[in-house]
Amino acid sequence: MSIGLEHYIILSAVLFAIGLYGALSKRNAIVILMSIEIMLNAVNIAMVAFSRYIVPALLTGHIFAIFIIVVAAAEATVGLAIIIGIYRNRETIDASQINLMKW
Amino acid sequence: MPYQFVWLIFLLPLFSFIIIAFFIRPFVSSESKVAGYITIAAIGSCMVLSFWALASVMAAPDHKILIPDIEWVVIEDAITISLGLMLDSLTAVMLLVVTIVSLMVQIYSQAYMKGDPGYHRYYAAMSLFTMSMLGLVLANSLLLMFVFWEMVGLCSYLLIGFWFHRPSAADAAKKAFIVTRLGDFGFLIAILSLYYNTGTFDIQELHSLAISGALAGTTLTWAAIGIFAGAAGKSAQFPLHVWLPDAMEGPTPVSALIHAATMVAAGVFLVARTFPLFEHSTEALTTVAVIGAFTAIFAASMGLVMDDIKRVLAYSTISQLGYMMLGLGTGGVAVGIFHLFNHAFFKALLFLGAGSVSHASGGTFDMRLMGGLRKVMPWTYITFVIGSLSLAGVWPLSGFWSKDEILATTLESQPILFWLALITVFMTAFYMFRAVFITFHGEYRGGAQDAHGGHDSHDGHSGPHESPPVMVVPLVILAFLGIVSGWWNVTGGFDVFMGHGETYGFFERFFSVLTHSLPLISLLVALAGIFLAYAMYQAKWLSPERIGDMFKPLYILFSRKYWLDELYENIIVKIVTLKVLFGGLEKIDTYAVDGTVNGIANGAIASGRAIRHAQTGQLQLYGLFIGIGILAIIIVVYLAG
Repeated sequence: MSIGLEHYIILSAVLFAIGLYGALSKRNAIVILMSIEIMLNAVNIAMVAFSRYIVPALLTGHIFAIFIIVVAAAEATVGLAIIIGIYRNRETIDASQINLMKW
Repeated sequence: MPYQFVWLIFLLPLFSFIIIAFFIRPFVSSESKVAGYITIAAIGSCMVLSFWALASVMAAPDHKILIPDIEWVVIEDAITISLGLMLDSLTAVMLLVVTIVSLMVQIYSQAYMKGDPGYHRYYAAMSLFTMSMLGLVLANSLLLMFVFWEMVGLCSYLLIGFWFHRPSAADAAKKAFIVTRLGDFGFLIAILSLYYNTGTFDIQELHSLAISGALAGTTLTWAAIGIFAGAAGKSAQFPLHVWLPDAMEGPTPVSALIHAATMVAAGVFLVARTFPLFEHSTEALTTVAVIGAFTAIFAASMGLVMDDIKRVLAYSTISQLGYMMLGLGTGGVAVGIFHLFNHAFFKALLFLGAGSVSHASGGTFDMRLMGGLRKVMPWTYITFVIGSLSLAGVWPLSGFWSKDEILATTLESQPILFWLALITVFMTAFYMFRAVFITFHGEYRGGAQDAHGGHDSHDGHSGPHESPPVMVVPLVILAFLGIVSGWWNVTGGFDVFMGHGETYGFFERFFSVLTHSLPLISLLVALAGIFLAYAMYQAKWLSPERIGDMFKPLYILFSRKYWLDELYENIIVKIVTLKVLFGGLEKIDTYAVDGTVNGIANGAIASGRAIRHAQTGQLQLYGLFIGIGILAIIIVVYLAG
């Protein structure tokens, strides 16, 4: 059995679904942040796979993936900083408690 | 007569109004009499022109003078409304009445209104009124007539409420305006329905349509009844008569001009002007005759018991207007208008006489406070008696001739109404001479106690005295006309001028009272009325109190005016209109209109309150919804291909 594009995409989809599930269902803000990282990496896999199998001569997908890694790092930094800020104010990082936006 | 002069008849008082209202009133002190002189000059010129108009109408073929129209409103291919005057025999007679009475009243007012702070306002309104009234009689289309019709109503309002600081005068003005508006509504509907059915406002075209039969049946009947409703409002016919007695709150010369001689006769004039419409509808003509006869006796019965001299005259006016309507309904234009013509002079005379009496006795109109004035004011006394005799219908004064014609035509076509009319003759003679005996005979009973507060007494209260010559001269002129104006038709000349009838020898008809039974009967009935008044109030053979007690229920009924004021005020205005009609409308407003508006707002609030629970503030829930949404879009796109 040779590994084809569809395998990468299925892996990517599974990872994305896991990440999405974690981002929507977990209470802990740090776990949510981790789930988002998983989703971003799922996207990275899809990007690289498409690039490798569809336009092998170009590097567009790779470049995109590197960009996403950079942005994800920055996002994690900012996200963690926000979580620390929230924790200082509200003594919790439970996402269900952070509901100031409600009516 | 060149037609420009006809326009001038109507424009001169307008100029005088503009000059007084815009140039004199703001800048000249109210002590100055210049406003009065301007009005008198304008109306005097109108009178001269009216005589000229009468002469030229008499000379003209068909008694008509054509005046070119001016286009007023032109909508291409749809409507052309023209502004036009017409001058025929009816107009010429009315012009004469309006200008002569108006001139006499303006001269009289120079003394009567002297020193009133509203002197300029008075003359401005009087000029405007005269202009509107002349426009009304000259107008050649119903639309233009309606404009002037409303303008005379407005002037009537302004002049009844002349002393607007008195609540009773302000109320009377409102009442007059509102009650006549009720009738005007019918008039307006009639005009619109005529226009809808014929496409014209022009009176002469409507005449020919009615005569040719193109306009007939229910349309014609309802239009005629609508017009009569307007006429009944202005001419104070039952059941819209209630405003006229209250209108006596205005200055007395105003009552003489507007509420006796001219404006209230406008209703009669309107019916006469549109007479072919009535002539071709038996129902409408019968309505006019019946309402007229009923009003005549109904108002006369109330006149029997009034203590205020002006109110006696007011009820007498209503009654005589009923007579004119009866004359129109049974005998045609000439009969009704002839009575209008005579009535205008002697009724204006009587009102001016009442003003003179009130002037003498300290500003009151209550006859019980007068008495014995015969000795101190002989001119007023003589002229007042002439007016009363004429009104009562005593041979050979003018009232006799026109009343006799009405009785004769009524006997021919409506025998039942004839008896009502004959009883009215008796009542008229009785109440007029009751007023004469109470006011002028017996002992002086002191006049008004608070003479200095009275508006009509300007030179203090130094006992009764004759009025100044400026007031007496118009009385004498009107008394002269009150005697002779009826002689115009002794020869049948008036009937011929109006377009039907035949001529007789003057002396043959003049003494017909001796040879014919009907004139003799009406004369005897009138004399009987005078005699009864003499017996009760002068000779005191019969005590008025005893008779009043004998007929107590009737006395109460008459003196409370059949409770019609209470009926209108308490039942129709307060319950039917305010509670039921306006209450119903208020409920519609509250529940339907406001309900819809508030309902939309409340619906928005309620749905918002229900939906906002979705806004939990849980970021993850929002994310879930976004995810579900994207999934749904993907599925839809996938399925739709």
